[in-house]
Amino acid sequence: MPDLGKYGAEVLSAYGATIVLLVALIWQTWARSRRVKLALKAAEARHSNG
Amino acid sequence: MSIWKYSNPRLFMGWTAKAVPIFAVLAALCISVGLIWGYFFTPDDYRMGATVKIIYIHVPSAMMAINAWVMMLVASLIWLIRRHHVSALAAKAAAPVGVVMTLIALITGAIWGQPMWGTWWVWDPRLTSFLILFLFYLGYLALWAAIEDPDSAADLTSVLCLVGSVFALLSRYAVNFWNQGLHQGASLSLDKEEHVSDVFWQPLVLCMLGFGLLFLALVLIRTRTEIRSRRLAVLDARERNG
Repeated sequence: MPDLGKYGAEVLSAYGATIVLLVALIWQTWARSRRVKLALKAAEARHSNG
Repeated sequence: MSIWKYSNPRLFMGWTAKAVPIFAVLAALCISVGLIWGYFFTPDDYRMGATVKIIYIHVPSAMMAINAWVMMLVASLIWLIRRHHVSALAAKAAAPVGVVMTLIALITGAIWGQPMWGTWWVWDPRLTSFLILFLFYLGYLALWAAIEDPDSAADLTSVLCLVGSVFALLSRYAVNFWNQGLHQGASLSLDKEEHVSDVFWQPLVLCMLGFGLLFLALVLIRTRTEIRSRRLAVLDARERNG
């Protein structure tokens, strides 16, 4: 581990906040994509069955 | 063969299904290598100490915050001029990614500014224009959510995007227009005096590339979702009307 000296809290909190925000964005993108994909599949199945 | 044919929703879904995994893997690779290189294998700066490691997340996120708005501007202009629906949906899809990039830049900038400038925030031209850009992102998203008719929403948000572009430009060039303020000039510059040292520059370029690829992958996934969502709305309307 690198020695961050007196700036450890600043560097780690900047990286922590970035990782939390990026993971939340990726998760939200993936979850909504999956939800809409499944809903469309179901709607198309209903539609093709009349 | 025209480039516009790739904006046909069916063709768009076809080529993006192949492109998204490639962009996603390359983004993960570039960001991982860039951050590990920058965090573990670069020295401290003689003035900024270990806080220089924040550059690997602050600069790429700030760059993408501005570039996302520029991409939304281009897509909005295509919508206004040529009425390609996919371009309006791509602009809509880019906004949440842009807002997160802006938020990361603002948060990491404040955390970096505290030990370097002695304050979390100052009404410096670049910081202020970045905050206004963030508010424009929120306004843009709110406008899309507030208008039911998708074409009217695309029209109005495109106009808002044109207006907000002033602040996207200011965020990039404010330090050149005004001499006052604490924020330094460009980290990557042809001017040797301003340009960040090579030891920091190489992992930084990798992180910037990674953030750019991540943006592309996320925008393509979200645009695909918007296209599916619109198709779903059409089918739901047909079912309701018998």
